[in-house]
Amino acid sequence: MDETTSSVWEEMKNKGYSRRDFLKFCAWMGAFIGVESTGISSVVRAMETKKRPAVIWLHLQECTCCSESFIRTSHPIVADIILDNISLDYTETLQAAAGHQAEAALAKSMKDNWGEYILLVEGSVPTGEDGVYCCIGGKTAEMRLKEAAEGAKAVIAWGNCASNGCVQAANPNPTTATPIHKIINGKPLIKVPGCPPIGEVMAGVIVHIMAFGTIPQLDGQGRPLAFYSRRVHDTCYRRPNYDAGLFVEEFDDENARKGYCLYKVGCRGPVTYNACGVTKWNEGTSFPIQSGHGCIGCSEADFWDHGPFYQHLASFPGFGIETTADKIGLGLGVATGVGIAAHAVITNISKKDEINEHIETSSVPDGDREGE
Amino acid sequence: MKHKEVPLFRVYVWERPVRIYHWINALCILVLCVTGYLIGNPIVLQHGGNDASNHYFFGWIRFIHFATAYLFLFNFLFRIYWGFVGNRYANWKNYFPYSKKHFQNMWDVLTVDVLQIRKKDIETPGHNAVANFMYFITFLAFLFEVITGFGMYSAMSDNWFSDLFRWVIPVFGGDLILRMIHHAVMWVFVVFTIVHVYLVFYHDYVDGSGVLSSMAGGWKFVSKEKFLKKNQEKAAEGK
Ligand code: HEM
Ligand code: SF4
Ligand code: SF4
Repeated sequence: MDETTSSVWEEMKNKGYSRRDFLKFCAWMGAFIGVESTGISSVVRAMETKKRPAVIWLHLQECTCCSESFIRTSHPIVADIILDNISLDYTETLQAAAGHQAEAALAKSMKDNWGEYILLVEGSVPTGEDGVYCCIGGKTAEMRLKEAAEGAKAVIAWGNCASNGCVQAANPNPTTATPIHKIINGKPLIKVPGCPPIGEVMAGVIVHIMAFGTIPQLDGQGRPLAFYSRRVHDTCYRRPNYDAGLFVEEFDDENARKGYCLYKVGCRGPVTYNACGVTKWNEGTSFPIQSGHGCIGCSEADFWDHGPFYQHLASFPGFGIETTADKIGLGLGVATGVGIAAHAVITNISKKDEINEHIETSSVPDGDREGE
Repeated sequence: MKHKEVPLFRVYVWERPVRIYHWINALCILVLCVTGYLIGNPIVLQHGGNDASNHYFFGWIRFIHFATAYLFLFNFLFRIYWGFVGNRYANWKNYFPYSKKHFQNMWDVLTVDVLQIRKKDIETPGHNAVANFMYFITFLAFLFEVITGFGMYSAMSDNWFSDLFRWVIPVFGGDLILRMIHHAVMWVFVVFTIVHVYLVFYHDYVDGSGVLSSMAGGWKFVSKEKFLKKNQEKAAEGK
């Protein structure tokens, strides 16, 4: 494949970008993926010399919000270079080819770049009923994923579906939607959760792989530390209000107008790892909390099942949606109190003899007891 | 004179370190429950006209929770140590129901004291068998709160000690679950405390052995006859 033998810099030159644009892009990306300023030169060198990796992007059981997010990355070059050229070996939604042509392109790309390509997976894998819920080109999602993963150098799970199952896996999970890390093993896997993930974060992960030829540093759950090491709460601009004890109690109260912390109306920022507070969305315009709504924890596993979204903790499982742990706890406390009261009464009846005997046999100084 | 002599032995059950542990622990649990509850359901102290830069109310509540958490943990570790070097009543072996006899004793307490469907004399100078088992469960709950608590804390602190708990969040699959369970277990402590305090009063009243004050002075009063018999049994078991 011709396109994948040139570097990003060559590709940019062809498209008419100047050297200055190129360096700005490298500096921006370098800063974003967290290299020090002295490391920018290595990003530049990699972009100049390294052959762009072949990329195959699979769409399984998903809603395409990850792709939508990706094509809105704020830097024009990201879309132009990374998306236009790099990822288009195969991607159902954006490729020009269709039908047999598309299948042939996929097969060719896999063959030509066997062991070298990066596999991007959007969506979960429905394994229920032998996988009939999602078939593409006559194969189930599971078959396609396994085949493509076989020859991949690394796999990236785009979004919460591929990472955790997301909405399709929400209770009762009718299609047995399964995150991809449970299907493939033995390959380096990067999870980029979010519903969708932030476009810049997605670009950053790809640029990291391009620039360094390695997968970025991951946390205990397989997410790149550069973007998922901090909770939304840790970088939230409303945080001083949280620490002060200034909370919104209802969406239309005075405190909401003042921009206080949304914890009491269900903000999941304290339990959610994502870069929203720093990178924001739509070219850095805003993010949910800035618009007055709490975080719903879209980059965390099973967040759909942790409702309602307007409580900062989920309802207690098995007791209906309005039941918090506190309600149950209080109920238990009261029940215990009643039990104790009953026990105390019964004790006085059934242990009467014993208690009386103690009283009878207590040593009492002579003459103190009446009638003696 | 109509009084019968009941010879009592004064037994030194709770040594000073155990008593100190007990009250530090009680205080910690009280503080952790109150501050923990407030973390989950914060009071909105200020309304209108307030600027965050002047306040750190919620920050302090969390600070007290975390500082107390450390005290709670080290106090607990100390108690485990004392389970190896302390006296017979403090020994760790009491807390594991490992022998058939222990289960027999638990059954006795359940039927005689809890359900009160049987009568039998089961005076024990230390804790009784069910109590020991309950303490074993609460020790597990302590451990659980420490692990989940420090697991959450590892995400907000760079301290090397809490970093030791980094593995906790992935194991539970997310902070939210961790917080839910951490929160729910608080109620175990609340219910435990209610029952615990009641039972102390119950035994003080029914057995007349002075349990209520035993955590202050360390002494319990046990009938001489039974104490000696128990001692012999123990000695026989030891052989
Ligand atoms: C008796 C033991 C404890 C009880 C009853 C208790 C109770 C609670 C409760 C009810 C919450 C509120 C959870 C919520 O609704 O979000 C909480 C939060 C928390 N607790 Fe504990 N806790 C205990 C011990 C500990 C320990 C040993 C630690 C260790 C550091 C700890 C660390 C935390 C942390 C980090 C939070 C979250 C605070 C935040 O994000 O602001 N807790 N605790
Ligand atoms: S709004 Fe949410 S993320 Fe921001 S400080 Fe409050 S609880 Fe944390
Ligand atoms: S603020 Fe929370 S729910 Fe909103 S996009 Fe970010 S991680 Fe997802």
